[in-house]
Amino acid sequence: MTVKLGVPSKGRLMEKTFDWFGERGVTLSRAGSEREYTGAVAGADGVELILLSAGEIPREMSAGHIHLGVTGSDLVRDKLAHWETQVSEIAEMGFGHADLVLAVPMAWVDVDSLDDLDAAAAAFRARHGHRLRIATKYHRLVRDHLREHGVADYLLVDSQGATEGTVRNETAEAIADITSTGDTLRANHLKVLGQEPIHRSQATLFKARRADWTDEDRAICAALFTKLGVESR
Amino acid sequence: MSPLADRSLDAEISRLVARLTEAGAVLVDPPVLQPAETLLDLYGEDIRGRAYTTRDPVAGELMLRPDFTVPVVEMHMTHGAEPARYAYSGKVFRTQEDGADRPSEYDQVGFEIFDGSDPVAADAEVFAIIAELLAPLNLRIATGDMGLLFAAVLGLDTTERRKAALLRHVWRPRRFRALLARFGSASVPPARAALLDLVRRGEDVVGAAGPMIGQRTRGEIEARLNALAEDAETPPISERETALIDDIVSLRETMPNAIERLRDIAVDLPQVSDAVERIHDRAQALAARGIDVDALEFEGSYGRTALEYYDGFVFGFYAGDRPDLPPVATGGRYDALTRVLGRGRAIPAVGGVIRPAVALALGART
Repeated sequence: MTVKLGVPSKGRLMEKTFDWFGERGVTLSRAGSEREYTGAVAGADGVELILLSAGEIPREMSAGHIHLGVTGSDLVRDKLAHWETQVSEIAEMGFGHADLVLAVPMAWVDVDSLDDLDAAAAAFRARHGHRLRIATKYHRLVRDHLREHGVADYLLVDSQGATEGTVRNETAEAIADITSTGDTLRANHLKVLGQEPIHRSQATLFKARRADWTDEDRAICAALFTKLGVESR
Repeated sequence: MSPLADRSLDAEISRLVARLTEAGAVLVDPPVLQPAETLLDLYGEDIRGRAYTTRDPVAGELMLRPDFTVPVVEMHMTHGAEPARYAYSGKVFRTQEDGADRPSEYDQVGFEIFDGSDPVAADAEVFAIIAELLAPLNLRIATGDMGLLFAAVLGLDTTERRKAALLRHVWRPRRFRALLARFGSASVPPARAALLDLVRRGEDVVGAAGPMIGQRTRGEIEARLNALAEDAETPPISERETALIDDIVSLRETMPNAIERLRDIAVDLPQVSDAVERIHDRAQALAARGIDVDALEFEGSYGRTALEYYDGFVFGFYAGDRPDLPPVATGGRYDALTRVLGRGRAIPAVGGVIRPAVALALGART
């Protein structure tokens, strides 16, 4: 048996992940051509590299198809119900930083906090006959956050891309999206709401709790963690 | 999974339904698939986390019914004659992210009375019939009255806007408390005070901030700024009044003691007098139906974390020694819901549901 490690299959997230493992003496590489999503591992025995879309890694860990996975902490929290019961966080990897924030038009000078958003949503609904729409792809995180803070009269509308444009296009009144610098928000005349983001995300190494762990797998994993200098939780 | 035919559950359901039809209820069978829009409008986005959603190519987004009350009210408001009483039995569906060991589909048997002639008598009838059906189980019973808190808020010596904000969050106790604390304080955060200064001086703060995008208009933003400026001038809700609201929400006593205590509170907060006398009248109506009201518990906050449509009498029956089990029965009055779903028409209504599988599980051990 081998321990399956799921890693983002493209872009900076993949490169940074390869670097992170490389700095710790485990060399990950893509096998064959650019288009082939299999990889090789040198420096750790019994570990198999699986290249996957970052968005699919939470689900694959939850299903027990992979033992370990690297993905954004936001994706794990949003895609898995009670994520703590399904995966454990092994290491924050120090890259892929992004904050999930709520943003509203800059012209909304009366809205600085979630309290304000709630009051504006109540008035908006009374005036327009529908709830204030918030465009996002992070449904669970946003809904939990708004419930915890007692915001009502809003509606989540799904937006899988170009979310910042939805307000101008009048398909939403506000958005909840990932931002690293806020430049895109500003360019779209949006401002971040509140002091604290909904979630501060970064690339994180996770261990699946439900994967079929044999004693051999555990031993392989323990050796890998020792090499990486991280601790199993 | 349950066996192909669960005869004991079927028998329990039949027993409950038979008693309700004997009390004059017409048996109804609302559809499992409900328009999602209606439920979302009522409960907000939270219901999406609790109900199963599906899609129909023609009807659009649908939900598997998370309860019976909404479809029964809709059916009644569309073509029911009054007064009316209904009974039903069938599955409801709720996702169970928070308690994964609880079933996500289960049977409910329910009873609803639409009758404005004597509301406290109708409250007592629904409660008494459920108490009778569950009597052998020796359950812990909690009761409350949402009308009490509504009356207390409506009678506060403050602006209509503040009252509306509090009423809107009666079902979110934490938020309600935070709002009450804010309205009880005279301080305005410095950044907000600076903004309101500019508004008072007539400066175009909206135009200076950024271009108008989206459907929320400049007029709406300016209206809220004016409301905020007005609110900043509003004197705080007095400590005396907030303390009385606290007394009400933390009240937990047997019915006679609760009524005594509430009558004391009503001396300082006269706006709750009618609600308190209604609780008293209901207690008498319950006693007339053989309920031991001296032992019945009354909680000032009961019903505030339930689905937000009860606005009067509320009750729940619990297995006291099994806190892991959901309530065996719950119910209450929902006059306002009939107005929302009746498109202008309204009728006083009260009802309750029993979970026969839970009743059966508790009954089996005795």
